[in-house]
Amino acid sequence: MADTFQILIDGHEAIAHEGETILDVLRRQQVETPTLCTHEHLTPAKACRACVVELMGSRALVASCERKAEPGMDVRTDSERVQNARRGVFELLLSQNDVSTAPALAAQAESLGADPGRYRGQRYEKGFFDDNQLYVRDYDKCILCYRCVEACGPDVQNTFALTVAGRGFDAGIAAGFGGALPDSACVFCGNCVAVCPTGALMDRREHNLRAEGRWQEDRYDVVQTTCSYCGVGCQLELHVDRESNEIVKVTSPMDHSITHGFLCVKGRYGYSFVEAGTD
Amino acid sequence: MHESVLLRRQTTPALDLGSYLASGGLAGLKKAREIGAAETVRIVTESGLVGRGGAGFPTGRKWDSVRTASDPERYFVLNADESEPGTFKDRVMIDVDPFLVLEGVLIGSFAISATRAYIYVRGEYRREADLLQRCAKELEAAGYLEGLGPEGRALEIEIRHGGGAYICGEETALFRSIEGYRGEPMSKPPFPTVAGLFRKPTAINNVETVANVPDIVTRGASWLRSLGTERSPGIKLYSVSGNVERPGVYELPFGTPLRELLELAGAHDLQAILLGGAAGTFVFPQDFDMPLSYEAAQERHATLGSGALIAFDHETNLWRVAERLGSFFAHESCGQCVPCRVGTRRQHEMLEALADGHGRGSERDLLARLGQVMTDASICGLGQTASTAVRSLLDAEAKGLLAV
Ligand code: SF4
Ligand code: SF4
Ligand code: FES
Repeated sequence: MADTFQILIDGHEAIAHEGETILDVLRRQQVETPTLCTHEHLTPAKACRACVVELMGSRALVASCERKAEPGMDVRTDSERVQNARRGVFELLLSQNDVSTAPALAAQAESLGADPGRYRGQRYEKGFFDDNQLYVRDYDKCILCYRCVEACGPDVQNTFALTVAGRGFDAGIAAGFGGALPDSACVFCGNCVAVCPTGALMDRREHNLRAEGRWQEDRYDVVQTTCSYCGVGCQLELHVDRESNEIVKVTSPMDHSITHGFLCVKGRYGYSFVEAGTD
Repeated sequence: MHESVLLRRQTTPALDLGSYLASGGLAGLKKAREIGAAETVRIVTESGLVGRGGAGFPTGRKWDSVRTASDPERYFVLNADESEPGTFKDRVMIDVDPFLVLEGVLIGSFAISATRAYIYVRGEYRREADLLQRCAKELEAAGYLEGLGPEGRALEIEIRHGGGAYICGEETALFRSIEGYRGEPMSKPPFPTVAGLFRKPTAINNVETVANVPDIVTRGASWLRSLGTERSPGIKLYSVSGNVERPGVYELPFGTPLRELLELAGAHDLQAILLGGAAGTFVFPQDFDMPLSYEAAQERHATLGSGALIAFDHETNLWRVAERLGSFFAHESCGQCVPCRVGTRRQHEMLEALADGHGRGSERDLLARLGQVMTDASICGLGQTASTAVRSLLDAEAKGLLAV
């Protein structure tokens, strides 16, 4: 085939397709690669640097989630430099963030052998915002992966309510001009919540249940249904507590051909009518 | 004694077009028009001129790839966002010879057939921005921009002011800033010559670089090569500050021993110098005989960078200097990537502890380790070099070179 070619991964030949990133090839080869900011439906932000690989001939390491594979590339994922850099990224994040609601981050850190106590210093304290009925923002947990900004912006919603403000360690996600969400352009689609990898953005109900110590993943069944609000017919996943029969969260499958995991405010949050008659 | 070229109008600056013309100005532009764009680029390539902003990329090669790009929309950008600590040569260059700088811009724009030329001036350089604006207007009024653009159209020049962010001197962040976005660096590749400003082929050059161009075009490639060393042809401006009697901007051919520059500036009995700006390295007296050339610097794992030189006497606590550099990087990191955003903060915290003398003992190892992570994994040059000076200090300390 004209649009496939070979690259080297840790000395082994692998097939790459035109347009694929190095990460795409690594995943197909089942080379475990830590990632935090990249997301299947969003433009690579290349911000976290967890996925870096060594590309022979390139001075610095490159982000595999962003860099397109090119014929003849010689990629190393198992070198000391790569391991040290990846571990460093997680150690730096562990030194600043509360990762209690980011199990994927914590698990990747552990498998890299990251030492949570390596670096000490000022924590990332950007505050907890509880300013609307649908979701809360706990920015002490934010790793600035840019996913919410991209989902709110040109990649999905085109609403542009969220942006990065400030710079360096003081950079943080801001709604509107740093004010409350209801005063911003936010339309409460919750698509930022859907892509947030750290739990910094969390649906109101999940947040409340967690705060009350009543969030129990193992009690929730996923029920597939179709949204009843409009003719688009988005696929919904209702996360239902099988004991109380209560809906605790609504999502859409990321691999669904219509929604790609994204919904509007009604589909994601307008479900209380279902429960209205259940008492 | 080297006779000034770039700074030849230092004593009598030509601040209006009349006096610039009277002192031989615009001969380079005239010649470029006569020989055409391709030949102009060839001469610049042959001269061996490389970027003076710090990266040292061959100017002619840059221009050639933009000139031959298939996209008819392309830009010339003058990077006058001089922000490297200890660097002020571009400001002096503009102050003493704004028309020479603009002539370089005109020749460069003509050489690549630029749709438009942008001049991005550091926000604090208000006076320089105004000066360039006024001089550009004079050139326009006198018809010198005619025929320089694509298909014989007049060249448009637009001056932009930086907003006070060091990172906007990084070329891709500078493009974002001109485009109206947050100044955040993008990944390279694609390089600016392929997808630069507005994702169009772009030639971006430093002030000092373009100031070399008029003379190269009039006097020929061999003229630049007659100065300097074989691998670093030409002349360089140095910004000298710190514990010296005569701080200022000095122009010297490449290959001049560092010691000679220090003597010119009136330096005595130094502990060390910081060469190449915040992202440079500390150089100690044992290396003061090194020639100032790209190759000699590289051999010593040092860098000329933008040509900044800050001198420190024996009273100076170099860990305090490193702490100030650390604070600078932490303040100027754009915040986009983890190694730099969090790393520069952690680095500064540890440097503070060392400078204040209440470290826990683990800082030195951790700084070296963190430095490697930042160098390897950061997106852009800021994060990649934010630990360079610190690591050179660690080396020097291990060799017992520190006075305090
Ligand atoms: S709030 Fe979540 S999605 Fe947004 S940048 Fe922070 S961690 Fe990423
Ligand atoms: S290295 Fe620093 S300045 Fe450069 S992109 Fe990353 S955070 Fe921004
Ligand atoms: S996953 Fe590649 S940089 Fe974040």
